[in-house]
Amino acid sequence: MENVLAQAKKAAEAAEVFRVTAEETPVQFEANRLKHIQSKQSSYTALRIIKNGRIGYAISTGAIDVPELVSTAVETAEFGIKTGFELPPPTPYPEIKVLDPAVSSVSLDKMVGLGEEMIAAVRGYNREILCQAEVNKEITSVRIINSRGGEVNYKQSTFALGIEGHLIRDTDMLFVGESASSCHPISETRSITDVVLRQLELARNQALLEGKRMPVIFTPSGVASAIIPPLMAAFNGKIVLEGASPIGNRIGEPVFDSKLSLRDDPTVDYRPESRPADDEGIPSRYTPLIEEGEIANFIYDLQTAALAGTRSTGNGTRNSSGMLAPAPTSFIITPGKTTFEEMVNDIKEGLVIEYLMGAAQGNILSGDFSGNVLLGYKIENGKIVGRVKDTMVSGNVYHLLKEITAVGSDAKWEGGSIYTPSLYCPVVSVAVKK
Amino acid sequence: MPDIEQAAHRLAEIIKTHHADYIEARLEKSRSTYIKYRGKELESIGKTSSAGGNVRALIKGGWGFVSFNSLDDLSERVALAVKQAELAGGEKSELAPVEPVVDKVLTEADSNPAAISLEKKKLLLDEYNDIIWAVPKIQTSNISYGDSCKKSVFLSSSGSYIEQERADVTLRLVAVATEGSDIQQVGLSLGSRGDFGKVTGLHQQVEEMSRNAVGLLSAPQVKGKEYSVVLDPVLAGVFVHEAFGHLSEADFVYENKRLGEIMTLGREFGSPELNIVDTATIPGLRGSYRYDDEGVPATKTYLISEGKLVGRLHSRETAAKMKEKPTGNARAVSYRYPPIVRMTNTFIEPGTATFGDLIGDIKEGLYVKNWYGGTTSMEMFTFSSGEAYRIRNGKIAEQLRPVTLTGNVFKTLKNIDGIGNDLDMNQGGGCGKDGQMPLPVSNGSPHIRIRHCLVGGG
Repeated sequence: MENVLAQAKKAAEAAEVFRVTAEETPVQFEANRLKHIQSKQSSYTALRIIKNGRIGYAISTGAIDVPELVSTAVETAEFGIKTGFELPPPTPYPEIKVLDPAVSSVSLDKMVGLGEEMIAAVRGYNREILCQAEVNKEITSVRIINSRGGEVNYKQSTFALGIEGHLIRDTDMLFVGESASSCHPISETRSITDVVLRQLELARNQALLEGKRMPVIFTPSGVASAIIPPLMAAFNGKIVLEGASPIGNRIGEPVFDSKLSLRDDPTVDYRPESRPADDEGIPSRYTPLIEEGEIANFIYDLQTAALAGTRSTGNGTRNSSGMLAPAPTSFIITPGKTTFEEMVNDIKEGLVIEYLMGAAQGNILSGDFSGNVLLGYKIENGKIVGRVKDTMVSGNVYHLLKEITAVGSDAKWEGGSIYTPSLYCPVVSVAVKK
Repeated sequence: MPDIEQAAHRLAEIIKTHHADYIEARLEKSRSTYIKYRGKELESIGKTSSAGGNVRALIKGGWGFVSFNSLDDLSERVALAVKQAELAGGEKSELAPVEPVVDKVLTEADSNPAAISLEKKKLLLDEYNDIIWAVPKIQTSNISYGDSCKKSVFLSSSGSYIEQERADVTLRLVAVATEGSDIQQVGLSLGSRGDFGKVTGLHQQVEEMSRNAVGLLSAPQVKGKEYSVVLDPVLAGVFVHEAFGHLSEADFVYENKRLGEIMTLGREFGSPELNIVDTATIPGLRGSYRYDDEGVPATKTYLISEGKLVGRLHSRETAAKMKEKPTGNARAVSYRYPPIVRMTNTFIEPGTATFGDLIGDIKEGLYVKNWYGGTTSMEMFTFSSGEAYRIRNGKIAEQLRPVTLTGNVFKTLKNIDGIGNDLDMNQGGGCGKDGQMPLPVSNGSPHIRIRHCLVGGG
């Protein structure tokens, strides 16, 4: 890396070398049985230079050919965007715990055992369920050095468990599932399988719903699948800068219900999306996005912040091809005080949405969403009476979140990077196939 | 670039020293270029070079898989894959027999995007961006161009040794229009198997896209309910991929007895006019290849013939377990992943109806075009249009906001009651499954009509 930086400095005004290496061990179960044990070693090196005020990029996986990497970066800099920022100088970083050395010493046998335990628990409910499960451990090392002397070094561990159950009756298919992740090893599977068993129990009967406008409770996974994707786009500084965010010019305004608060937070200890610095060496910090319904901030990387005349929020993130852009770390919605049961009890006729399939594939910039309720339940007179099918829900998150009846006290992590409670929305449009 | 051929020869020797039911290795090197615009400005431009490989071993039905970037320590990688397979195995290994293949498949010189200068690529995108911005009320644009050239070497313990090259070009353009707090967008996705010419000369289409985005600002939303819908070939291609293609991937079925019963060959899924095909054998399409990532030659597979289920897509393992013939559909998005059952180029074969026939007797319905995306849970699927128009009394009427459509595969295919005579393939898609995406595929269809299709409203 030092050699890459030294050569790049000779060819450009400024340079930064980013290197990530990862060792990952997924253990996979198919059709209730152990099927695959994998081991994945990977690394890539990304060089970013500033030459004649323009940015050049080159990325290489595996062994590095230094002269080639530098000349490619120089070639692309000729056409590159004009830079408006300086790379960070040496800076102190917050102490955020993301490494538990115990993860790398979890044995394959132990991982196999965790998978078997989850499958046994779910099949204990119903022998006909076909399960897929995965147990995964990963150790990642990140190093960044730049021509101003800035330097970041950290190691991160991730341990993840997940199970999906599939139950077929005639041509009717039911999907249930749950997952969990942490920087610590996870040795307890019950909290995961209990969620699946509860889904199976609630979906035991089918219920007929009539298409109309009705109250809807989005469970944490329902919020993650339907409501979060448009918000992730709207708070992205890049989309704000382009004028394509519907809330881009509304800082300080009460756009949402005052019960709603949202922050981006890479500083929570032992979470897989946490980190001491972002991918261009800016110290991590948490950024309030919605404070009691008011728009508070947007997220930025160095270049976007420079163009917008503001400062990076430490959200510079590299995608799989190494390119930098602002991206959320962990999106955290502040929990409320209402329990899930209280929400259900409050509804005479309504719907609980656990998973909305296809919700993020429309015009998310406008906040519109529309999807099929892959897993959801009908509420009748304050009780869940069964699973709904052939049901489509659509709406606009800005209308939907303007008035929330209640924010749940049941917040949990969804998919590793979203922490959210259930949200109870008073009026949502529901269409049902007859 | 590292010498993957030399590493492949070393691996071939190492594999001989191990005992397993089957071992294979795949090595790859690739170069890719990307250029992105956001708004009037170029956002980023860069080049990536990548090299790596994997070893996969099968023992008593259990698979071990090791992937790596570094081509050192190959002996240890093979040993680890074998050890993992031993730990995972406990039953019987089953793989459909295939003849070992020794072959070399090189790309043609005229389909090498790496030979075209960055400057020429950028000039073309500048032209497209200028066209988008010339339309009033356009707030911003997104252009994302990428190309790659990949060489891979596949070898197996049964004696196969296959070198293949492939090139890929993709282009996605989006125009975003705003008025007050309303934001609308329309996109255009294109791709080719390396032919840069296929993404040039789109100036008129780009302008139409931009005007469509502005048009959406004044378009009303439809009410969510069942409609008669006519799909254009692009969206119908996404529909056939999501609604039926994934369900015919045998890895969902081969260890799932219940699903196997539902997916019995001969089951009626649609009208006798309905024929659905998957094939990697058509030259020039993005899903095409000579050999899949298990070294099995590509085939043409009828999934539905005259409305009945007649075939499915297989890897060597799923074919053996279901006692059917391998179809050459095991594909991996890169050396970081093991091959799994995937589609290639999937389409509905053309029928006889003209567009006028399809819309002629619809009193109130929707004409839906272009795509945002689609997804499936096998039984249920959703897919979303990029554009929508009302059909009133047999004629195309006003423009509407794009819609999401949903359905149940066992009912919806039967509700197709009109198939056009105008097959067109969409090359702009990328498919995702089990974390492996985007895999180059293409899908296509003629215009089709679906009765009683559930549409989400506003």
